[in-house]
Amino acid sequence: MRQALAVARKDLLIEWRSRLLLVRVAPFALLVLVLFAVALDSEPLILRAAAGLVWLAMLFASLLVVQRSYAVETDDAAIDVLLTGAGEPGRVFLGKLLAAFVQLLVLAALLVVGAVVLYGAAVSGSRVVLLVTTMVTASLGLSGIGTLYGAAVANMTGKDSLLPLLAMPAAAPLLIAASRATEAAFGSQTIDTTAGWTWVALLAVFAVVFVSAGAAAFGTLVEADS
Amino acid sequence: MTTTVAETDAAAGTGTAATRVIGVAALVVVAFVAVSALLLTPADAVQGDSVRIMYVHVPTAWVAYLAFVVTAVTSGISVARRHRTLGFDRVAGASAEVGVLFMAMTLVTGSLWGRLTWGTFWQWDPRLTTTLFLFVTYVGYLAVRNIDTDPQRRARRSAVLALLAVLEIPLVHFSVVLWRSLHQEASVLNLDGDVRLDDLMLFTLFAGVVGFTLVYAWLVMHRQRLAALGDAQGTVGLDAAIAARRAEASSVPTGVAARTKGA
Repeated sequence: MRQALAVARKDLLIEWRSRLLLVRVAPFALLVLVLFAVALDSEPLILRAAAGLVWLAMLFASLLVVQRSYAVETDDAAIDVLLTGAGEPGRVFLGKLLAAFVQLLVLAALLVVGAVVLYGAAVSGSRVVLLVTTMVTASLGLSGIGTLYGAAVANMTGKDSLLPLLAMPAAAPLLIAASRATEAAFGSQTIDTTAGWTWVALLAVFAVVFVSAGAAAFGTLVEADS
Repeated sequence: MTTTVAETDAAAGTGTAATRVIGVAALVVVAFVAVSALLLTPADAVQGDSVRIMYVHVPTAWVAYLAFVVTAVTSGISVARRHRTLGFDRVAGASAEVGVLFMAMTLVTGSLWGRLTWGTFWQWDPRLTTTLFLFVTYVGYLAVRNIDTDPQRRARRSAVLALLAVLEIPLVHFSVVLWRSLHQEASVLNLDGDVRLDDLMLFTLFAGVVGFTLVYAWLVMHRQRLAALGDAQGTVGLDAAIAARRAEASSVPTGVAARTKGA
């Protein structure tokens, strides 16, 4: 666990010093929100779609976060040193996952604010709890998928186009569940908060599955050629 | 150049007595299905001639799911055996390739039937949506397999991806079912294949399943042998390249001398 925290700390420190999340990923994600609004060109429609658009933007942005997370490892084969130091590959996975999770949570908060400001979505009262829980569980699941599939394609030629192809279908249940739960939190007419919590439960299952599958499979995926 | 093992194998082709028997049987059964489906079986009272799509649609769907089960099982075995031999990995890859092909046919025939019966090519029904996501997942799996790398490494990576795909199926299916059931929109006309099947129709459908399964077996057997030859050729190519470099090395002094002179 100590090693995992050290890896997470390292990743976040690199992130903090380069500030790539704030200067590139976050503006990109917000730009996606703006472009959706322009493309849909109808205020009631945008308000109805707000939750789905937030999570779609999150999905795109998470790919950038993951690519960045592995770019620093595959350059100069730094990951081999990291794996040797950590002893157990699962620890490196958990560390990278934790760093990605923190970044995605920041992004989710920014995007929700974006949806409130740009789309006119509103949250109040007990719905705030639902929204925050959704953001936490969905970001955890998303960083699980990203860190896992990012490891699968790291070191491959053409990894930039492979990652979306592999990760997006896997993230489909998450996209559905997170969008519906957020819709409930934004006060939709078709989904009440009870249904919203059902979706959060699915998100939690999803996060558990991918975090444990990733910790188990990571060693096989990043193992150096022998 | 001397004849290598891989070359003699290649000259023999990828067919064996077993594949020839399966191939002929597949041809006969599929020919019967084609005749029976198009000419002998009656049109449906409600759906008319469009019901004939069923004789292709149902068997392709069956084969696609069978193929993905085979991929999952062989990948699991390959992992359990720590990829000591690559046979199971090649069968997994071959099966996934054929599965993607058949699933594409399932989706195409399904949407053609949907257009005739429901009036739309696509409906966001749980089964259709799950199938679509499954299709894209295996397209990704094949994309990773096709990357040129050491076969051992490929086996390790693709086995993990195949097992992850299995893990995803229930999650995708459950979320999609929940998604559709929580939406209170009336779904478009639910004529979900409520066809009255008479004996000949049922038999033709059954023959279709058998015939397409034979086609699947034939394709996978050939494809995995082709993959084995491809891997062997990689090794032969590498050996040849090493031999060539060695030969070059012995003539380097003169080569270097010539170049220095030229400069």
